[in-house]
Amino acid sequence: MIDATHYVVLSLILFCLGIIGVMMRRNFITVLMSLELMFNAVNLNLIAFSFRLSDLAGQVLAIFVITVAAAEAAIGLGLIIALVRLKDTVALDEADVMRG
Amino acid sequence: MDFIVANFAEILFYCLAVLTVAGGVGVLAFKSPVHAALSLLFSFVMVAALFLLRHAELLAAVQVLVYGGGIMVLFLFVIMLVNIKGLAPEEIYLSGIAPLAVVGGVLLGVLIAFGLVFGVLVSGHGDGTALRSVNGVEIGNTEAIGAVLYTKYLVPFEVVSVVLLVAMIGAIVFGRRSAGLDGAGGGGRT
Repeated sequence: MIDATHYVVLSLILFCLGIIGVMMRRNFITVLMSLELMFNAVNLNLIAFSFRLSDLAGQVLAIFVITVAAAEAAIGLGLIIALVRLKDTVALDEADVMRG
Repeated sequence: MDFIVANFAEILFYCLAVLTVAGGVGVLAFKSPVHAALSLLFSFVMVAALFLLRHAELLAAVQVLVYGGGIMVLFLFVIMLVNIKGLAPEEIYLSGIAPLAVVGGVLLGVLIAFGLVFGVLVSGHGDGTALRSVNGVEIGNTEAIGAVLYTKYLVPFEVVSVVLLVAMIGAIVFGRRSAGLDGAGGGGRT
């Protein structure tokens, strides 16, 4: 019997992969991809608990999360374009204009 | 054969879970951003299948359409737009911080695990019927979500549309040729 615990563990693994990716990847584009991975983990959790509690609120919230993720992807990719125009690179450790 | 039939849901879940995690590991491990993006797409589709197993049929369709169709195309467009050959970093991980990142990520995961396990323990147990019925009548998942989304969650729905509008304007502003630091306060005309 598959219950919410299985989904929680899976989403936890996905979320950790996303966190590790955000912290250690050097390419801005793959950092954004890791962020999407974390959004997916959250959605998985929402769906699992929505089923367990027999409450549609989780699924509605997941729709909102997907919307915000789409907005975030658009902004993030716009930032990448701006960074490439400014520094001619997508490496995060070279974006140090504000370091001082 | 009987074992497979009797435990079909479990076997399906474990296969999909392993493939989802494999896709996630690919995002971290692949050197080329295009390979990482395709690995992420694979992970998205597997997550959509997992949504189906939890009676979230509309969400599974939205996942494939929005993530697989929209966001991934956006990523691939940008990867091809920025001419990745000359710009791709030689080293794919930030030097020095990588082991720390793994340790920090795992520690944070353990922390979240406590909260989530507590959540599972205190929550109830249900079947999928409430997820596809409106006022007690079983119609379908899409109708049920629509009935809730446009009544109880109407205000958040409108707010999220404003968020999308703001994001769209923001993306246009960032994408303008002389926006930000290299132009005169983002008011360029080229």
